[in-house]
Amino acid sequence: MADLKEIGMKKGTRIALILGAIPFITMVFALPLVNRIEPIILGLPFLLFWLLAWVVLTPVILALAYKLEKKYNPPEEGEDK
Amino acid sequence: MNAALFIILGTILFSALLGIYAGRRVKMNLENWTVGGRQFGIVIIWLLMAGEIYTTFTFLGASGWAYSKGAPTFYILAYGALAYTLSFFILPALWKVGKKHGLHTQPDYFVNRYNSRALGFLVALIGVFSIIPYLQLQLTGLGLIVEVASNQAIPSRLAIAISFVLTCVFVYTSGIRGTAWVSIVKDIMMIVAVLVVGIGVPMIYFGGFGNMFRTLIEQKPQYLVLPGGTSHMGVIWVMSTLLLTGLGFYMWPHVFGSVFSAKSANIIKRNAIIMPIYQIPILLIFMVGFTALLVIPGLANGDMAFLELVNKTYPSWFMGFVGAAGAVTAMVPASILVLFASTLLAKNVYKAGFNPKASEETVMRLSRFLVLVITTIALVFAIAFPEELVNLLIFGYDGVCQFFPGVVLGLFWRRVTKTGVFCGLIVGIAVVVGLIVSGRDPFLGMNAGFVGLAINSVLTLVVSLSTKPTDVKKLESEERHDR
Repeated sequence: MADLKEIGMKKGTRIALILGAIPFITMVFALPLVNRIEPIILGLPFLLFWLLAWVVLTPVILALAYKLEKKYNPPEEGEDK
Repeated sequence: MNAALFIILGTILFSALLGIYAGRRVKMNLENWTVGGRQFGIVIIWLLMAGEIYTTFTFLGASGWAYSKGAPTFYILAYGALAYTLSFFILPALWKVGKKHGLHTQPDYFVNRYNSRALGFLVALIGVFSIIPYLQLQLTGLGLIVEVASNQAIPSRLAIAISFVLTCVFVYTSGIRGTAWVSIVKDIMMIVAVLVVGIGVPMIYFGGFGNMFRTLIEQKPQYLVLPGGTSHMGVIWVMSTLLLTGLGFYMWPHVFGSVFSAKSANIIKRNAIIMPIYQIPILLIFMVGFTALLVIPGLANGDMAFLELVNKTYPSWFMGFVGAAGAVTAMVPASILVLFASTLLAKNVYKAGFNPKASEETVMRLSRFLVLVITTIALVFAIAFPEELVNLLIFGYDGVCQFFPGVVLGLFWRRVTKTGVFCGLIVGIAVVVGLIVSGRDPFLGMNAGFVGLAINSVLTLVVSLSTKPTDVKKLESEERHDR
């Protein structure tokens, strides 16, 4: 498991992975808790609203992961922009 | 009526010409044909991936499921976001391996990583078998859309034949560049169609989507929570299907291969961030399906809900526009599916299995020839065996997602071995086929493909740990020697 550890050791990657887990937790594992119609939010039944909200938030989460990963991981050689 | 006909045929022809034009002045070798010379920037990659991902299924399947099944269809909104999240972490690493070793296809990756032509051969065959139903899905959808949109002026079979022959021509001449260019037409038309219908239809019949949902809650509330209008697609089914499709998404040979066409690993990473935005229009497609459920209930075929409702609501020229958008929406994914199916067969089945000495030019020529063969086969299938749309797609997913352990462990875990991946893959596929054929899908409420993937992953891990590690250094030097 040497490789996995090596990757986990970079702080930026670790933060990015934690952020990346959020869509999976909210859209997959939280599903039994959100399978309901009420409350209706923005005119949408709750289950649909919940999934839509996290689809909209996913790019925000990933952009944050990208920023933090860049900040904490030194850029690799040959990497552009 | 004539206007509809003109719009549909004009769009199909224009797209094909644009696709052919895209390949001008490019010297066609395998590198340019399959991966665009690894020169695509972020805009073109985004268009290309969106072009591959948003297919006729987006039009017909998602609205059809909302209409006939209700809430289980919500998985279609969410799984893309999961897939892109995952891609953020794995695709940049994959791109780097591809660049370093000059890989073109998914089986190339397996051959390279596990130093096994046999494994590449197996992956190529599974890939092609999974592509065929996906391709057929595009053709069937295209025929359906054009036939209805042209008010039967263009029969389904004729529509399939015309547009697919033209698709075949631009794949032949331009390769992946043709797909990327035609994607632009497709994306614009599809977005316009979805916005107009998705916002318009609830507005026209209910004064807005809020009121539409209120009516639905009064009349058919069970459609808005799991398991919707079905008995077996409950929470567990949706969770397992989300994981299956989220993980399996980039395992499609054509999507996997497109990764290599990017200019850099960073472009792939930034693309993963913006991809989920393209997922949002699917919400509008659900609205169309739900509105149809209230306005025109009782259709025998749910996949027709979108078209029937548009037909009932809009003038015939707009129906023509929808038909044209639907046709291009099928042509783009069809083109890339054919492109990769033929490359897999030429490079990873023919060359690897039967003629290792074949030159790259021979492989290229054979790939182009196979474009014609696969087109013909898919045409015959589409005309002979039309089936309900979403079922076909899930079946393909069950197959390709079995590549997941081999790809991801291969990238991040040195200890995974050829034998481990072989065992996992074969048993995973066997479990899927066994469950589906014996009528046990879903199994304990879970999607059969997911059951296969779980067993596959455990087996890959256990067998890898109990076999001799692959000597990576030796592998790399052999690889260099090979070239």
